[in-house]
Amino acid sequence: MKFVDEFRDPQKAERLLQEIRALASTLMQGRTRPLGIMEVCGGHTHTIFRYGINRMLPEEVEFIHGPGCPVCVLPRGRVDDCIALAQRPGVIMTTFGDAMRVTGSKKNLLQARAEGADVRMVYSPLDALKLARAHPGRDVIFFALGFETTMPSTALTVLQAQKEGLTNFSLFCNHITIIPTIKAVLDSPDLHVDAFLGPGHVSMVIGTEAYRFIADQYRRPIVIAGFEPLDILHSVWMVLKQLAERRCEVENQYRRVVPDDGNAPALDAIATVFELREFFEWRGLGSIDYSGVRMRAPFAAFDAERKFSLPNIAIADPTACQCGEVLKGAIKPNQCKVFGTACTPDSPMGALMVSTEGACAAYYNYGWLDRTKAEPMR
Amino acid sequence: MKSPGRSWMERMQGQCITLAHGSGGKAMRELVEELFVAAFDNPLLAAMDDQAVVPLDALRQQGNRLAFTTDSYVVSPLVFPGGSIGELAVNGTVNDLAMSGAAPRFLSCGMILEEGLPIAELVDIVHRMRDAASRAGVAIVTGDTKVVERGAADKLFINTAGIGVIQPGVAMASNRARPGDAVIVNGAIGDHGIAILLARNELALESSVESDTQPLHNLVAVMLEACPEIHCLRDATRGGVATVLNEFAASSNVGIRLTESSLPVHESVRGACEILGLDPLYLANEGKLVAIVPREHAQAVVNAMRRHPAGLESAMIGEVVDAPPGGVVMATAFGGTRVVDTLVGDQLPRIC
Repeated sequence: MKFVDEFRDPQKAERLLQEIRALASTLMQGRTRPLGIMEVCGGHTHTIFRYGINRMLPEEVEFIHGPGCPVCVLPRGRVDDCIALAQRPGVIMTTFGDAMRVTGSKKNLLQARAEGADVRMVYSPLDALKLARAHPGRDVIFFALGFETTMPSTALTVLQAQKEGLTNFSLFCNHITIIPTIKAVLDSPDLHVDAFLGPGHVSMVIGTEAYRFIADQYRRPIVIAGFEPLDILHSVWMVLKQLAERRCEVENQYRRVVPDDGNAPALDAIATVFELREFFEWRGLGSIDYSGVRMRAPFAAFDAERKFSLPNIAIADPTACQCGEVLKGAIKPNQCKVFGTACTPDSPMGALMVSTEGACAAYYNYGWLDRTKAEPMR
Repeated sequence: MKSPGRSWMERMQGQCITLAHGSGGKAMRELVEELFVAAFDNPLLAAMDDQAVVPLDALRQQGNRLAFTTDSYVVSPLVFPGGSIGELAVNGTVNDLAMSGAAPRFLSCGMILEEGLPIAELVDIVHRMRDAASRAGVAIVTGDTKVVERGAADKLFINTAGIGVIQPGVAMASNRARPGDAVIVNGAIGDHGIAILLARNELALESSVESDTQPLHNLVAVMLEACPEIHCLRDATRGGVATVLNEFAASSNVGIRLTESSLPVHESVRGACEILGLDPLYLANEGKLVAIVPREHAQAVVNAMRRHPAGLESAMIGEVVDAPPGGVVMATAFGGTRVVDTLVGDQLPRIC
């Protein structure tokens, strides 16, 4: 298949692996701890496990699965708020499929639907707009979440709703931004990350310059990576090369999609509709300043948080959860106290078990076999 | 009043199902006689008793055990490329029987109709069931019709139960997989799941993928002829091939190792999966089986399958191994290995 098979060529993979092995063994001289590479994006985590890349790499190179699954990091209180909105009479709640499985303090949207709430899965926020046009007597709310990847489509949908003068469409906005999050990870004292694979789709919108501080201030190499398995291997090779040559730079492996300047119209749409929130709570990481966005005042009529009253009760993460330590690379998912026992994809307790892009769910589904021993398979 | 000269079919043109069609009165009797009994056309049904009475002598000559199964069909949309709920209701139950090695003989047909269902749509589905039953060589010998208020069902739900006869000596079971056995599938996987998904038209994707719905008992007969010692057999419907293999691995306490490059997947299905982030291993099929066969007979079984119309693209896709017990792994075409686990929830709802 064109544009797919050339990025999955096993011979090219083997050549890259040979070079990666050589670089890794040079870099390991005088080191005891493996080289930690954080892939920020959940899409990368998925590729790594789906193609078994974690088991192809030499033992000296370890992936640390970062915070880049926006479904996973949504705090339970926000899910409760969303369910409360969905249960209001006359409301049609719309969202992406994987957001429907995230549990709040008691239940998720699928359970709320079973109990009578009108919750519908859409493939695009524009589908929610279609529903609003078709049901003028109902309040259609789009449960918006995601990093800068999904922000432009939500912003453009709001602009379209405004243009059409729709009064029964609103947004429950849970968008988050990537840069403060990476900063929070970098500032944590127990971090074991030597280099980063930067998120491909977010960068397609924000460009590559935004990551400059990682290289300049925190002295870590970062390579913006694509999502095919060869992209990942190529990017790993690029960060190791930087480490070996003692360089700390922002490099762009995903040039075929990511322009260095990002996407100007998408950034404009984001800036028109959204502004930063001072605080936003993350599941597993706590509150990160200026990491979330809300709608600007001129769009108040499309903001479900302003239009309807919300319970807005913060729900603490379960104390047994060690998501934060997993996110910082301090422990592996299977080293968490509740992994695979109290916390499984069937009944996720922690953030990272929620979506298939979460590190723990990926470990559970793809990485870890002998459940009696909780040991990953190599 | 019945106007002379006009058939029921003519009188029903443009009409919808009403609650009267389930009331036990004249409208229902006409529906049953003029549509179901006329279409399914066999003496056991035509007797119009509350049950079909099946003589045992003929069955006894065909085997020494009965297989008995039931399944309900709620697929949406009712008609999709490659088939409809009617073909599924016949082939699905036929295949559940066939996976024990049984020759399917009789089906029942319970219909739950939603008030407002256009009669023309019902007629089309019933005719498709008639044709599917005739292709599969089974008779629909008893049935039931209920009508529920608008909104209490989605157009049409069908339940079929089936009876088949198993020959002596056939003993397939999910706990019989042994290390060294070969894993065989009878053709490209995932067609049905993708056909349904695209037929719902929510994704604005166009494709020529058709459902693979087909009866499999004749293929199974050919396989048993090539190797009476087949260890495990199951049709890979909801949950796909991955789910069946996980069940085999768990029941037999063995590992299963798949080779991604040998998995038959049509290009169009692969393309749709790439775009939508789906995995063909988990997609539903309605005419695909997975067999675990002793190594020494595997090639003979595949050769025999490839000569049968339902097995033209048959392939060996992996092998049974010692470890990890209860687990399924796959050697990826990229050169890695990954675990193929059971799914937590459905990838897609209401596919059969």
